[in-house]
Amino acid sequence: MEQLTRDFLRSQKLPHIWCPGCGNGIVTAALVRAIERAGYDQSDVVIVSGIGCSSRAAGYLNFNTLHTTHGRALAFATGLKMSRPELKIFVIMGDGDCSAIGGNHFIHAARRNIDLNAVIINNYIYGMTGGQHSPLTPRGKKATTAPRGTLERAFDLLELAKGAGATFGARATAAQPRQLEQLILRGANHKGFSVIEALSPCPIAYGRRNKLGTAVDMLRDMKEKSISVERSFQMADTELEEKTVTGVIYTLDAPEYSEEYYRSIEKTVN
Amino acid sequence: MPEIKPVLMQGNEACAEGAISAGVRFYAGYPITPSTEVAEHMASKLPEIGGVFIQMEDEIASMAAVIGASIGGMRSLTATSGPGFSLKQENLGYAIMAEIPCVVVNVQRMGPSTGVPTAPAQGDVMQARWGTHGDHPIIVFSPASVYETFYLTIAAVNLSQKLRQPVIMLLDEVIGHMREKVLIPEAGKLMVERSSDKVPSDWKPYDEKGLTPLVPFGFGHFYHVTGLFHDQYGFPTGDPIQVERALDRIHGKLEKYRDEIILTNYIGHKEPRVAIITYGCTVRSARAVVKKAYWQERLPVGLLSMQTIWPFPAREVEALANQADVIIVPEMNMGQIIGEVERYACGKAKIVPLNRYDGEMITPEQILNEIGRWL
Ligand SMILES: Cc1ncc(C[n+]2csc(CCOP(=O)(O)OP(=O)(O)O)c2C)c(N)n1
Ligand code: SF4
Repeated sequence: MEQLTRDFLRSQKLPHIWCPGCGNGIVTAALVRAIERAGYDQSDVVIVSGIGCSSRAAGYLNFNTLHTTHGRALAFATGLKMSRPELKIFVIMGDGDCSAIGGNHFIHAARRNIDLNAVIINNYIYGMTGGQHSPLTPRGKKATTAPRGTLERAFDLLELAKGAGATFGARATAAQPRQLEQLILRGANHKGFSVIEALSPCPIAYGRRNKLGTAVDMLRDMKEKSISVERSFQMADTELEEKTVTGVIYTLDAPEYSEEYYRSIEKTVN
Repeated sequence: MPEIKPVLMQGNEACAEGAISAGVRFYAGYPITPSTEVAEHMASKLPEIGGVFIQMEDEIASMAAVIGASIGGMRSLTATSGPGFSLKQENLGYAIMAEIPCVVVNVQRMGPSTGVPTAPAQGDVMQARWGTHGDHPIIVFSPASVYETFYLTIAAVNLSQKLRQPVIMLLDEVIGHMREKVLIPEAGKLMVERSSDKVPSDWKPYDEKGLTPLVPFGFGHFYHVTGLFHDQYGFPTGDPIQVERALDRIHGKLEKYRDEIILTNYIGHKEPRVAIITYGCTVRSARAVVKKAYWQERLPVGLLSMQTIWPFPAREVEALANQADVIIVPEMNMGQIIGEVERYACGKAKIVPLNRYDGEMITPEQILNEIGRWL
């Protein structure tokens, strides 16, 4: 198993470009282990990513990898999936990449319920460009473009996806990599648009400015604030305010787009 | 005997039909006048032959999806018009950098901005050349008839496959919406071999040796595709030597295959005193002029029509400038391709603009009047 994981990494491309303490490596490792556990043929797996620190993960993974333009990863992946529905496609995005510039593609991928596995590494900030606020930055937190704290309200990414039609939504933190791996695997096994939000520390562009301590402090904080879905059911809304609900938040049933499309044209072709 | 059947069709339909004949099986787009019939035709035809039609959420997504499908191994095309073409530019640049074949159709409308949706114009000549950022190469075809639209779309698909380079079909509203006869040959006779059919064992996705076939994802060659400058294996690099070499290489492809890319046509007097250089629907008025002025009246007049406008047919224009005293450049814009004509005529002939930008075609009379001033 360990050996296999190494085959899935482009070890000659390491060391990676991420800062010490960055959570991107933890999430990437969880993704690799989930792919391995899913037992896919290496040539059936494609990793698509957008632009940002997190999206650089694609370059380190030994599959067919597609590093696209900022925000557009899901649109590239949609074309790829429609041309080759048998491929298992994982789409890695940053929070800004996915929900700001890519917001439109995100809701439409959800609406189509196309069988893509979106792994959004949410570090609450634009890391690569040095710490500007994103649509997922919690209200009041500081960023280079919100030096007094952002006034904008943050999206709830999973609710956004659900409202748009996504059929699988899960959340975990980099502080619980095994759970994250489990959830990515469940998302992969789910037919339809799967959204996995992975909360991840960016000690450099986010933590430092908001005085959240070291990467270890940030991870500890993430762990302490995380509440499983099951437990959250027994808690009042006020109690949940400062918490992060993790686990499979929803699974729904709806037709998957690529399968529907090919089934529908089978009738026309014949 | 190969079967050839004459069909009456619209320019936009001819574009879609040409694409299908050349093996296009994927279309992603977003509706915009005057290009919409390309999408509508694809929506009706592609499902019947096992292809994919998808209406995306916008033009940015359409361009992205077309690139994604091409990486998956399907020949792909998207069509749009002015404002939509602007939206596609970032991902068009991506396809150039990552060397992903695809065809982008822009049925021009009058601009700037939403302009006049249904009026013909040739205002996107420079957008087609320089719309995306950076020093990129580009191939642009500009048909003058429905028939040419059909065959140039086929050439566009095949060239894009061969060179792993996006090709732009720059139509205008007149060509897109007019109906004419097209002779359609037997299906299946028009496709070049897919470059990925012959993959050498030491295949590298961006081999510096020359043209490398694209191996679609899922065939066991694991490689990286990125819009960043990359090495032969597709991995990002900022090394000045590799960066410069990569740019030279993608530009060099077009130079090397220049003769296959550049399509022009000359009619009229062998040693013209007054020549016309034009492209797109304006060629039609210019042809009528040459028929009258040269074929009937034997005046020393000639016409160089350009089916390829980028890379610019520099040699052809230079040769003509050596012959003619005056070159008239009719364009339905405020003067775009004329700058290139001037550049390559290098003072050897007098270059005269003839522009119209009121949403109406340039008439043969207008061109004849201009000729009259110089003969
Ligand atoms: C069209 C475009 N606009 C802006 C940028 C600059 N840019 C690069 S990465 C980035 C933000 C990345 O933030 P996020 O998606 O949250 O990912 P992270 O770096 O935090 O992992 C931006 C704005 C770009 N590359 N392209
Ligand atoms: S800036 Fe933040 S997200 Fe980017 S590599 Fe550094 S720690 Fe990670």
